[in-house]
Amino acid sequence: MSDVSIPKGGLSRWFRRSRWETAAMTLIGGGIVMLVQPWSIDLYGYSFVTILTGTLGFTIVSHFPE
Amino acid sequence: MSTIIHPDHAAMTGAGEVALSQPMKHVRGLSDRTIAWLFVAPTIALLLAINIFPLVWMIRLSFTNLNLSMSYLPLRFIGLDNFTDILGDEDVWFRLQTTARFVLWSVALEMVIGFGLALLIKRQFRGHSFWTTIILLPMMLSPAVVGNFWTLLLQPQIGPFNHFISLLTGVPASSFSMTGEVVLAPWTIVLVDTWMWTPYVMLICLAGLRSIPDYIYEAAEVDRASAWRQFWSITLPMTVPFLMLAVLFRAIENFKMFDMVNLLTSGGPGSTTELVSITLKRAAFEKWRTGYSSALAIILFVTVFGAANIYVKALNKVKQR
Repeated sequence: MSDVSIPKGGLSRWFRRSRWETAAMTLIGGGIVMLVQPWSIDLYGYSFVTILTGTLGFTIVSHFPE
Repeated sequence: MSTIIHPDHAAMTGAGEVALSQPMKHVRGLSDRTIAWLFVAPTIALLLAINIFPLVWMIRLSFTNLNLSMSYLPLRFIGLDNFTDILGDEDVWFRLQTTARFVLWSVALEMVIGFGLALLIKRQFRGHSFWTTIILLPMMLSPAVVGNFWTLLLQPQIGPFNHFISLLTGVPASSFSMTGEVVLAPWTIVLVDTWMWTPYVMLICLAGLRSIPDYIYEAAEVDRASAWRQFWSITLPMTVPFLMLAVLFRAIENFKMFDMVNLLTSGGPGSTTELVSITLKRAAFEKWRTGYSSALAIILFVTVFGAANIYVKALNKVKQR
C-alpha cells in the first residue's frame, strides 16, 4: 500500500517502509520476549508498552512508500 | 464511421462505459454502488456486532472496576489500574512463562517431526497416499475430542498409554499419572499438542519442499554434491520461509491455546499447566473480575496482533517467492 507519495530527496530516504517495518517488528519481537522472560519483573512491566508501540508503529509505517 | 464495441470487451476494457453505463447502472432504480453496498452491508453489520462491538466494549470495561459477583456496586472508572495490576502481578508473569515454555517445546517438536515427515512423504513410496491420510487424521479432529480422547488414553488404571510405557520401562502402569504429576503434566500437554498439530506443520513443509524445482537437484547431482550437502545447501535454505511461516502460525495458535489444555489438565496439578488463557478464564468466570480480565484480554490481544503483523509480513515474503 504505497499510497503516500513523498517527494524524492532526503525526506523520502527517511520514510522508506522496509527499515521502519523492520524496526517495528523488532520492537514487537522484543516486547514479546520481555513479556515471557523469566529474569526481570521490571522488563515484564514494560513489555506491553513495547509491544503496543511496535504494533501501532507497524500499522503506521506499513503505509509508507516502498 | 461508427465503431461497434462488443459488450464483453467493453466490460473488460471500459471502452464502452459511456454506451453501457446507463442500462447497467440503474437496475430497478438502484445504482451499482448501492447494490454493492446492499450485498456487503449484512457482512459489515455482522462483523460490527460480533467482532468490533465486543472489542470496543471490552476496551471500555478494562478501564473500570467491574466485578460481576458484585454488580450492585457502581461502575467506577479506574484508569490504567487494571493494566498496572496485571503488569506487576507475579502470578500472571509465571503463567506467561508457562505459556512460553509450552509454545517453545511444542513448536520445536512439531517443526522437527513435521519437517522429517515431510521429507519422508515427499518420496513417492508404496502406500504413500494411505500413510499421508493416516498422518493427517489428528489434525482433522476437534480439540475438544482430542482432549477427551487423550484423557482416556492417559488414565493411569485403564489407559493404554501407561501400559505401553510400563511395557517399555517396567515401571508399574498405575504408579504414575501423566496428567496428575507436576513433572509430567507440562510434557503431557506438549505431547498431545505435538501429536495433533505436527501434520499441519508437515503440510506446510511439504508445500515448501515441492516448490523447489528439480533442476536444482539435478545440477547438484552433476556437481556430485552428496545428499547431506544437497540438504544443507538446497533443501533447507529454500524451505526456510515456509518453516518460518509454520513457526509463526503455530506459535500464535499455541499462545492462545485453551480448549485442549483445559480439557486435559484444567491447568493442574496446582497451576503447573495453567496457560495464560486459563488464567484469563479463571479471572473472568470464576473470580468474576471483569475489568481485570478485560485488561488481560487486551494485553493478550495486542501481543497476538503484533505477532500476526510479523506473520503477515512473512506470508507476503513467501508469496513473493
